[in-house]
Parts: sequence; C-alpha cells; structure tokens
Amino acid sequence: MGKMKLMKGNEAFAEAAIRAGCDAYFGYPITPQSEVMEYLAAQQPQLRTGMVLLQAESEVAAINMVYGAAGTGKRVMTSSSSPGISLKQEGISYLAGSQLPCLILNVMRGGPGLGTIQPSQSDYFQATKGGGHGDYRMIVLAPASVQEMSDFVKLGFELAFKYRNPVIMLSDGIIGQMMEKVELFEQVPRLTEFDQQWVTTGKTPDRERNVITSLDLDPARHERHNLKLQAKYQKMRENEVRFENIDCDDAEYLFVAYGSCARICQKSVKLARAKGIKVGLIRPVTLFPFPSEEIGRRAAKLKGILTVELSSGQMIEDVRLAVDGKVRVALHNRMGGMVPSPEEVVDALLKSFSIR
Amino acid sequence: MNEEIIIAGFGGQGVLSMGKILAYAGMTQEMEVSWMPSYGPEMRGGTANVTVILSDERISSPILNLFDTAILLNQQSMDKFESTVKPGGVLLYDPNGITRHPQRKDIRIFRVEAATESARMLSAKTFNMIVLGAYLKIKPLVSMDSVLKGLKDSLPERHHHLIPVNEEAVKRGMEIVKEL
Amino acid sequence: MEIRNPRIQEIISEENLVYKKTSLMTDKALSYCPGCGHGVVHRVIMEIIDEMGIQADTIGVAPVGCSVLAYEFMNIDMQQASHGRAPAVATGIKRCWPEKYVFTYQGDGDLAAIGTAETIHACNRGENIAIFFINNGIYGMTGGQMAPTTLVGMRSSTTPYGRDAALMGNPLKITELVAMLPGTYFVARHTVHTPLAVRKFKKAAKMAFENQKLNKGLSFIEIVSNCNSGWKMTPVQANKWMEENMLPFYPPGDIKMNGEIVKKAEKAE
Repeated sequence: MGKMKLMKGNEAFAEAAIRAGCDAYFGYPITPQSEVMEYLAAQQPQLRTGMVLLQAESEVAAINMVYGAAGTGKRVMTSSSSPGISLKQEGISYLAGSQLPCLILNVMRGGPGLGTIQPSQSDYFQATKGGGHGDYRMIVLAPASVQEMSDFVKLGFELAFKYRNPVIMLSDGIIGQMMEKVELFEQVPRLTEFDQQWVTTGKTPDRERNVITSLDLDPARHERHNLKLQAKYQKMRENEVRFENIDCDDAEYLFVAYGSCARICQKSVKLARAKGIKVGLIRPVTLFPFPSEEIGRRAAKLKGILTVELSSGQMIEDVRLAVDGKVRVALHNRMGGMVPSPEEVVDALLKSFSIR
Repeated sequence: MNEEIIIAGFGGQGVLSMGKILAYAGMTQEMEVSWMPSYGPEMRGGTANVTVILSDERISSPILNLFDTAILLNQQSMDKFESTVKPGGVLLYDPNGITRHPQRKDIRIFRVEAATESARMLSAKTFNMIVLGAYLKIKPLVSMDSVLKGLKDSLPERHHHLIPVNEEAVKRGMEIVKEL
Repeated sequence: MEIRNPRIQEIISEENLVYKKTSLMTDKALSYCPGCGHGVVHRVIMEIIDEMGIQADTIGVAPVGCSVLAYEFMNIDMQQASHGRAPAVATGIKRCWPEKYVFTYQGDGDLAAIGTAETIHACNRGENIAIFFINNGIYGMTGGQMAPTTLVGMRSSTTPYGRDAALMGNPLKITELVAMLPGTYFVARHTVHTPLAVRKFKKAAKMAFENQKLNKGLSFIEIVSNCNSGWKMTPVQANKWMEENMLPFYPPGDIKMNGEIVKKAEKAE
C-alpha cells in the first residue's frame, strides 16, 4: 500500500489529473468544484509535468479549448458544476460528434437555473441521455469516494481513448468537498508518441490531411456516421458496465443508489439489517452503460427496490426499465441541496413496502 | 470503534481546521476517517460546521443526522444540533456567548471556557485547540503525538513555529474541561 | 482528356505557365458564389503556407458560416469549430503545440457577434495565433441577415428597411477594438477585390504567420469583402458598392504594427 493522503474529492481529482499524465486542463470557477483549478494552480503542473493549465473566459470557451486540444490527440480535461456543465453541452455534442476523447467532471449542485451550491444528483438525465443536441452518449462514471475521484481519472482517460469519446465523471458537492483517505497512483508519463492517424498536428507528406468535424451535409453519409456512433455505444454497453454489490446475496429488498447516495445507503443497509430486514445495495459505478442486466437478474427474487436519489427521480427510470415490471420500484428522494439521512432512508424502505 | 462527531460554530473560529486536525490524527493511527464540511457563502462570517468520522471500519455515509459527540461553539449551533446527539452521547460547548444552555438529561454535557482561556493565553488562534484538548480529555481516541503529527500535516510549513503554542493549548483544554 | 488543338496545346505548355494553383488548395470546386472574396483569401493563405514550407506544422480552424467547409478546400489539417468558438479552439491547439502555426478563419457573425467573448479574450491573452476575419457586413450562409458589421441604413433580410442604429445598434468595429488590447501584436484591415489589394493582403498574411515565431502576440487581419448574393448585386456592382460604402467606414490599412498602434499621420503615407 502506498502512502495515504487526506484530501478533498476535488483536490484528489486534480492531483490525479497531473499523475494521469494529463496534457491540459481548461476550466472556469464555479462552486462547489473551484478547488480543482485552485489545486492545479498551486501545484504548477507546467513545472511538474509540462501540463497546460488555463483559466478560460467562460465554460463555453473552456470546453472549446478542450475540443481543440483533444483534436490534436492530447489527454485533456475540464471540470465544472451543473450550470457550467449546461453551458458546455454544445461543445460536448461537438466532441462526441467528432469522436474526440476527453474527460469532463461535473460536481453536481442543485438546479434548475442557478439553483443552489449544495449537492444534488439532478443532472443524471443530462449526463446519461445525451445532454447536448443529437444522438450521442458518453461513458458516465459515478465516484462515491475520494479514492474514486482519483482512480476514475486514470480509468476515464483510458476509456475516452479506447472509444475516442468524451467520458464524464458525475460527482456531487458531497464527494467533491469531503476529505477522506486516498491512495494516489504513481505518476503516469505524459504521452509524447501516440496514434497520429486521425489527429490534427499538421499534414505530413505521408498522409492525407486530417479534419476534425462533426458536419456532413450528405444525409446518406451522415446516417452512416450516426450508425457507426451507435455501434460504438453498443460496444460500451457490452464491455463497460461497472457496479458494486453490497449485501445483495440474501437480500429481499434492494437499494439502488450511486455516488453520495450510495454512501448514505451503505449505512442504511447496516441500520436495516440490525432491525432484521434483509436489504442490499446495488451501486451503479457506470451510469451509462447502466447495470440493467444485474438489476434485472435479481428483480424476480426481490420483494421491492428503493431507488435513492438527490433528484426528482431520474435514475429510477433506468431501474424500472431494467426490472421490466418484475418487482415494484419505489423512490426516496431529496432535492434542492437537501440530503437524506441513513435513518430516513430506512424509514422510506419500511413505508414504501409496508415492512413491519 | 466508530465515533461520529459534529463540530459547529462561527466561521473563523477554526471549526473546519479543528476537524481537519482530528481527521489527520486519526489517519496517523490508521483509522478510517472522513471530514465533510458545510460549504459556500454561509461559511464567510456565518455558521460553519463539519462532520468528522473516526472508525475502525470502512466509513459508509459521510452525512449524518445523529452524532456520538457534538462540539457546539455558538448559540445557533446549540439550537440546531443539541437534539442530534445520540442518547448517552456527548455534548461539549463553550458557554461564552451562550444564552440558552443545553437542556437534555439523557446525554453527558461538558463545558470548556475556551474563549476566555485563549484570551488569557493572548492568542485567539489557540481557541480551537483548547476545544480539541477538551474533547480529547473526554474521548482519548487519538494521542497527543498524533495530534502534533496532524498539525504538522495540515499546517503549511511557514506556520510550523506555532505548533508548540498549539500543543500548550491542547493541554490547557484537557485541564479546564468540566463535566456538568 | 487529350487536347488536340495545337493552339491550345501551346497555351497550356509548361514554358508558358504564368500561374499555377498551389497544391495546398484541393481540387474540389469552391462552394462560394461567383465573385465572392472567400476563394481569393483561401488561396492566398494556402500560398503562404506553401511558400513558407509549413504545411506539416500548420493547423487551421474553420468557423460556422459560409466558410464552414473551408477544410474541403484547404489541403491542411483542420478543425471545424462551433459557432464563434474558433479562437478558443485555436487556443486549445496552440497551448498544447506552441511550436505549430495555428490560424482561425472566421466571418463577421461568427467572430464579432456570437464569438465576441472568445475573440476579445484570445486577443487579450495574446495567443500566438493568426485570426483571419472576413467582413462582408451580412450573414451569407443563412440567407443575408443583419451582421454585427452591417452598416447603418444597409438592407438585409432582417433589416429590410435598412439598419436603424436606434433599434439595432451600431456596426461594430471589432478590429479597432482588439487593436487596443495589449495582447495583439499586429492588426490590419485589407481587401481582396483588386490585384493590388490581393498583393498587399498577401504581405500582411505572411507577416501573420511569421509573427507566430516571435511569440509576441496575436495577429489579426480583417478582410473587408463583398457578398453579392446577400447584397443582391452583381459582383462588379458589389465591389463598387463596397468601395463607396464599406471602405469609408472600414478603412483599409495597418492599425497596429509590432505591438504599437499606427499613428494617423503614418497611415496617410
């Protein structure tokens, strides 16, 4: 085991970015994720690894800087929180359409509009169903600890380049702001040699010119492009589903929750089991692709599923699709920056399924 | 061992850094730790609070509404958090500025005159360390060595000369804490 | 196709060659309207890259607008940016590859309306890139709507009775504006509607690429051009109208050289 450090989630993410050999970070301040750029600035990554760090004039500019740098084959990233992620959506759609790899962090806060700076999970639809215009998907990683805020940076870059697609880490104000122990991975060298087949680094005589674009005015060709994208998303569904099961084997009831809610539910599992209720927790680690098969497989043997979310009930739609009517799925949710206590979640389970 | 603590008071009282030092000290003793602050504009001059968990096991929820120990350093915090102490739990407070003292009979209540003592020590910045000392007297979960190590890890190098004063403050806190 | 006519054979023979399209322009037929200045500007920029021998080190950024398909005609590595964001995209590229040559190619709507923030901030940061800004006072691709640079009184499909400054604001001289920023090193305004003007523009455009080696800031060249389709004129009429109406308001010439604003007296020479 390497040296343990005590860090905020946002700081662990930033440190992991440097260690993952990230080439450039472009960002814009917004609560509750401003520590990311502050930490990077203090670390002087340009001296540590040669990583570029630039505070852009807006979230819009930041994501387009990511687009430009990603088109040249570099490992690039940006981070923001909900309102800022909304501003980035056009750029994300362009990145997906042009098949460019990059890593995006959303430390979610409550909405709609300017909403609140307190934690929320109300950008689930935006992250998993597209977000910007057009038919596209991103791999969505949902960290539930400071450790995962670090680990998923490395994983995120690997997946982004494996599929040439944006990867988003969907975190929230709790995971971003809390401090926990974290074991940081060793420094990964920045890439100096990489696949130059598609990147725009200057046309050399030995190849045709490379163009990064999402535009194609020929409908037949553009349909083929869309089919290719869809085939890629299908591959993600087949290969990249990740989840964690806690106390599921003898469970009669299940919590399904991700990120900070999954942490709260872990405590609720303990509290409920102390009362003799056999409950487990499935924590989706990837929200796209969603662990539908795992949830569906268990559904028939269950008496009920409680989805716990900091939203009006967004992930519950995917849970219901997964169980396909085999078991009743109920919701316990808080919104606007409110967070349920572990006891409250247990009460909701008891009420929802009339457990005595 | 699983100790769930809320520390609450005014922004500027050193609530968050006290929690941080406690978490660092716990980590030094290879405990699992978490530190979850309230954040945002309310911190700037308003109330600040932080939940610290020290445990032998993997920590589940970093957000809680019931605590083993509440360390309450202003009236708003007293009003908000007195009821969140688990029966049999500990409430530690500084009576300075408190108009409505804790009422509960099912918990252990401790007082530490930290504001007065830090004024006497001519160093307002030792306030939170006096409180920490009082807490450690009640629940000696982490050693003085670990606290000093925590201070070292959480303070920037340029403030390391303050460590002896802080050590003194922790010891004073241990001496002056009183159970009611 | 084999040419049998001896007269034509002579004309096209190698020794009679007076002009040859640079290989940095592709063979794809330009999609621009006959008489439009875009083709000339494309060609001049590609000639400079060819002459400087920097094709392998140059990345262009295409905008949204008539020149959205610039990458179909320019035989260099290019990225297509979302509307107005070309300076941000170019910033991302240049920061990661400081030794490469990076330029954006943008129209007036793209650069001076939706992309104003990106333009101003890239200029203000002094990104070592070149910006080529085609100003024809109209949105060409979407069918001739008012642009930020449309003259007062000028008609467009969204100002059918002429631009009324009280209602729609004044035309924006963004080139003069960016010249005021410390981050710009070279700012000039040109046209490409006469052979002499093309030669002058080419000199300036070359400087915009050479400046990137100096790392002293951003080079910004506005090219006032026509839009005979949008203006509803023949190409000849459009160029005449441009000279009589556009150029008095957008006068050609150097605005900033070597990081210093060019004084009026020097301009008169």
